[in-house]
Amino acid sequence: MSLLEIRNLTKSFGGVHAVDDVSFDVEEGEVFTIVGPNGAGKSTIFNLMSRFYDVTDGTIKFDGREITGLRSDEIAGIGIARTFQNIELFDHSTVLQNLLVGRHTKRKTSFIENVLFTPRVRAEERAHRRAAEDVIEFLDLHAYRNKMIAGLPYGVRKVVEIGRALACGPKLLLLDEPASGLSVEETQDVAFWIEDMQKDMGLTILMVEHDMSLVTQVSDRVLALNNGQMLSMGTSEEVQSDPKVIEAYLGVEEVG
Amino acid sequence: MRIHFKTKYDDDINLFEDGRKMFWYGLLVVLAILLPFMLDEYLLGEAVNVLIWAVAGMGLMILAGHTGQASLGHGAFLACGAYMEVWLQNKGVPFLLSLPLAGLFAGIVGAIVAIPALKMSGIYLAIATLAMGVIAEDVIILLEPYTGGIDGVFLGAFTLFGMEIDRYINPDKFYWTCLGVVIIVTFGYANLLRSSTGRAFMAIRDSEISARAMGINVARFKTIAFGLSCFVTGLAGALLAHYMGAFNYEAFLILISIQLLLMIVVGGMGSIHGAFFGAAVVGFLPQVVTMVREVVTTVAIPGLDMGIFALILITIIIVEPLGLYGRWIKIRIWFELFPLARRDMFRRNKSYLKTERMK
Repeated sequence: MSLLEIRNLTKSFGGVHAVDDVSFDVEEGEVFTIVGPNGAGKSTIFNLMSRFYDVTDGTIKFDGREITGLRSDEIAGIGIARTFQNIELFDHSTVLQNLLVGRHTKRKTSFIENVLFTPRVRAEERAHRRAAEDVIEFLDLHAYRNKMIAGLPYGVRKVVEIGRALACGPKLLLLDEPASGLSVEETQDVAFWIEDMQKDMGLTILMVEHDMSLVTQVSDRVLALNNGQMLSMGTSEEVQSDPKVIEAYLGVEEVG
Repeated sequence: MRIHFKTKYDDDINLFEDGRKMFWYGLLVVLAILLPFMLDEYLLGEAVNVLIWAVAGMGLMILAGHTGQASLGHGAFLACGAYMEVWLQNKGVPFLLSLPLAGLFAGIVGAIVAIPALKMSGIYLAIATLAMGVIAEDVIILLEPYTGGIDGVFLGAFTLFGMEIDRYINPDKFYWTCLGVVIIVTFGYANLLRSSTGRAFMAIRDSEISARAMGINVARFKTIAFGLSCFVTGLAGALLAHYMGAFNYEAFLILISIQLLLMIVVGGMGSIHGAFFGAAVVGFLPQVVTMVREVVTTVAIPGLDMGIFALILITIIIVEPLGLYGRWIKIRIWFELFPLARRDMFRRNKSYLKTERMK
């Protein structure tokens, strides 16, 4: 059984089919990347999985469980964490606090206990901080631990967002364009982190990305979409050499 | 310049980051306890007023400052607490029980109001809560058997630990009662902020969509925020009832709600300190303005004092979007870094919280 099974996924906005009959599986421990031109429906698939949108048709099975009927705030709890294309961090909190919000699904204390700050709450806070420190260590965020997000450079925010998703302790990580707007060196860091998350943490990663060098470097399999439809699936090289993909990106040469 | 080397997670979790901070806040509490021996009766009454407004301010701060849900109708919850306190006191319920019950009543009403409010945000929520504040005035008049209608109600002294406490007969004891409530509420509020519930509130304020992606049940936590906020505001309302002694619906006009919101904006959104700074400004500044004006001219022009007061508030908001607390931090850091502080050190911080920025 695959970790993620998507069957005949369709999403229509009025008459527009943003995602049209898409089916694919993501195996446990795999890095799976979705590529495609703008408007191909990549982010829509993420938003369907996060349950920000309701599916028009089709099924999404995670870990053998149908998730299309869950609420969006139940998704993190079952082990799917995500980042956003346009960084959605909590701007008026520090890096550490952002990571701690990522631990929300692991909380066991009620708000009344929180107000009284019982010993149980303190123990829980310590455990959350230990987990957050692991993420800080992994992503090398020590220098920014107590800095406000609002004052951080773009590249660091991008990394903090990955960190916040990691703090959730997910099985499946959804990365929405993790390298967009990053320099070559920063993109290389992201590539190393993705490899480490896959190999050392045993995470499964579903990624949307435009930077083909990053895609080729980290992905086990690639799916190319265009106009919401599946064009091609396979290794990065196979997909890049597929005539249909080249046509979608570059157009066809008119002969004669 | 002081650098904190944190060696344990507890250094981060504790309320005070070091002994020095604990000393200063401790000193502040001691000064506050000794205040009745230093002030005359009139000024002590004003101090009580500031304390009650600080509690009400903290109530609204939970909702507006930390959860990002603006409320222009919080005066209604102040009224809930006040009238419930009157009703319970008349039934002979002891103060130690009637005070939390009055708060609880306001909190429950708040949580119910939250249900329709969940669908709204930004300016729409502001309008809806404003409407609630306006309606509250009429509801008070309509519920005459409980609220005394237009004539209002009277509330005498209360008994605490066997002592009869009345704000006119023994103002010092009344002051200490209020101070006790302030300390308990502040402690609970600070606890909230250093735990997962407080972080969930702030997450909702800064980005609802990503709060959801992190597994925060936004509807549930907004309801909790409304409930807690109204509970605290209700406590302030109950104290206010004892402070006013006799009152009718006019004590909870929509202007009170707006003043409450203004208070926390001027004090500094998103900080407990802001509620206190705001309460002090709203409580004391009008008197200071009048005193200064009387030195310049003894001729009282109607509206002049209020106009100057308004001008000062507008200036504060324009110059310092983060309120007096924001300015306080800057001054403190300037002294801590002396002589290394630079003019543009805080440039990046000059941003508005989302509550004020229309969503």
